[in-house]
Amino acid sequence: MCDVCGCGDPKIVPVDVHERLLATNDRTAAHNRAHFEDHGLVAINLMGSPGAGKTAILEATARALGRTRRLAAITGDLETERDADRLRAVGIPAAAITTGSACHLDAEMVHHALHHETAHAADYLFIENVGNLVCPAIYDLGQAVNVVALSVTEGEDKPLKYPVMFRKADLVLLTKTDLLSALPDYDCAAVSAALAQVMPTPRTIAISARSGAGVGDWIEWIERLRARPRDMRAADAPGH
Amino acid sequence: MHEYSLVQSMVQRVEEEARARHATGVHRVRVRIGHSSGVEADLFASAYDILRAGTLCADAELVIARESTEWRCGACGTAVPAGAELVCPNCGFPARLARGDDLVLERIELEVP
Repeated sequence: MCDVCGCGDPKIVPVDVHERLLATNDRTAAHNRAHFEDHGLVAINLMGSPGAGKTAILEATARALGRTRRLAAITGDLETERDADRLRAVGIPAAAITTGSACHLDAEMVHHALHHETAHAADYLFIENVGNLVCPAIYDLGQAVNVVALSVTEGEDKPLKYPVMFRKADLVLLTKTDLLSALPDYDCAAVSAALAQVMPTPRTIAISARSGAGVGDWIEWIERLRARPRDMRAADAPGH
Repeated sequence: MHEYSLVQSMVQRVEEEARARHATGVHRVRVRIGHSSGVEADLFASAYDILRAGTLCADAELVIARESTEWRCGACGTAVPAGAELVCPNCGFPARLARGDDLVLERIELEVP
């Protein structure tokens, strides 16, 4: 009851919460991260626009690394298992998450997929996120690193238009470089300048899944992640 | 449109708190949204207007404190202006995001009989 006059109106009781709106997701992501680390698994959250070449990069990764390392994948799309089917065709065990109308993967979806997949026995788990440069950026999934695929056909200024996604990237893959001969106006220096405005330490690898150019650099980069001490992976992880 | 799923989980969180404290309603919900958090405050507010119907938040005002973005040198703390390369103008060290990334449920005001 109201303390002022006893009028019968409800009393207003303030409760200080000071909790991240993503607290539930963060807890599940921490659980996923501990699971990945306990199993010696390097989890890579691969993001980018629809059609940026995410699946093609993973196909090229399977061709280059599939004989020496155990690869696994989780793919996210609103509908269909087409990406997972493509990855299975090149020998990557893949679980598909069809999100219905959700524009991103969250830690709970990844956690659920882990229960149905044999990712526990892999060296690398690629989480191919829903094609989108906005929403996936804010959800920690428990990954060791975030990688963003940006195709040369998307133009040079995407990092400035979608700064949160690129700020959270540990690496940007400039994909489809085999098409550069058809894009005479494309300015590689402009992409680097745009990334430098949103990423404090920009790292990029130019890559073509079709020609194989740059695939070696990409493999070298992910192989270095295996050598990183565990506490460094956690410290570098987005959202930490 | 991740704002909708964020609002949905916020309303659930507020309802849990309200039930635990035997509140009959929620008077006000206060959140802090950073300019660089990846969440659009206006969309968050429209999502709240739709999703609060039929919940304990139905009559609760949503107050959004918007937090501006601030980059600072990761070594010496000098302010690094946005819109340019994110390295310290003094020592060349990479900047870090000092403010603007927050997405926080700050305070709930409950109606207790």
